[in-house]
Amino acid sequence: MCSYIVEKTALIGSAKGRKGWMKIDTANVYFDHPYHSTLDHVLAIDFTNEGEGGRDRVAVELSAESARALVDRILAALESGEIAHATPALAVAAE
Amino acid sequence: MSFYQGLQADVVPFRGHDGDQGEAYYARPTRAGKFPGVVVIHHIPGWCEWTTEVVRKLAHHGYSAISPHLYFREGNPGEAPDDLGARIRAAGGVADAQVMGDVAGAMAYLRAQPNATGKIGVIGFCSGGRHTYLAACTLSGIDAAVDCWGGNVIVDNPKDLNAKRPVAPIDLTDKLSCPLLGIFGNDDHNPTADQVNRTEAVLKKLGKTYEFHRYDGAGHAFFNTQRDAYRPDQAQDGWRKVFDFFNRHLATSASSIAAE
Repeated sequence: MCSYIVEKTALIGSAKGRKGWMKIDTANVYFDHPYHSTLDHVLAIDFTNEGEGGRDRVAVELSAESARALVDRILAALESGEIAHATPALAVAAE
Repeated sequence: MSFYQGLQADVVPFRGHDGDQGEAYYARPTRAGKFPGVVVIHHIPGWCEWTTEVVRKLAHHGYSAISPHLYFREGNPGEAPDDLGARIRAAGGVADAQVMGDVAGAMAYLRAQPNATGKIGVIGFCSGGRHTYLAACTLSGIDAAVDCWGGNVIVDNPKDLNAKRPVAPIDLTDKLSCPLLGIFGNDDHNPTADQVNRTEAVLKKLGKTYEFHRYDGAGHAFFNTQRDAYRPDQAQDGWRKVFDFFNRHLATSASSIAAE
């Protein structure tokens, strides 16, 4: 779309980039023209650590279809994983 | 003399907006003579390899061409342009006034070269197409401008205007001071075919010198050989239109090698 529309969300986590592992605190998400992909538009995510200046990033460019599939699989993994790793009390409650 | 001519390309320093020193990609024919200049304005993802190919293509066709790295302030020398582009995007983009200052600086660089005829064209792609439209309406000394599928020339929602992009380019059309060529794909979503028609209506109403070319079976960025959007037939014809336009309005000594 040739726009500057960016969805930003705070994160707690780590990512591995050019310089190895780094803590990340932010994801900038947008759907626009890619830099590397050959697709017309991509769902791009830049994982950064704004607390440390946000200069390094771990980036992905995904097709819209595969991004939606990824969202679905993330939610599925969270659901099954949280059940598997739940405390006994929570696991009982989930049954 | 050989049919194919040599060229030289390099990254050069230039003075941009507010005198800031940045870097630009510059290519020129190596044969003796004077050549018109063309500023190439890159697209929103940033200063990329395809942009450098466009600069060299222009040099191949007898122009001295320069593409200023519009995001240079965001990083240190040697940092990847795509990382700078990501930071710029997260910060809401670059201000129009800053881009115009950088384009003016790139024009000054071209005019300062010993091979310059003094004629200057500007061509831009995607957001650079919009910047080209803005430059043609706000900068003096441009002899021809080529807007390739610039989006947001027309701003239908006033909420899309902000401190960095305070004015819709279409509202500056009365100040357009040079011939304008527009290249568009009819399948593009920004600008849409309707927006292209509305832009043309304003140009026509104001009696401006322009020509618009629309291509079926093409969308956004159909010149870009590194994208699935590339449409070889339409791109080949589009490049012919570009060089025909520049030859008419800029060239006195430029090569007339056919666009391929």
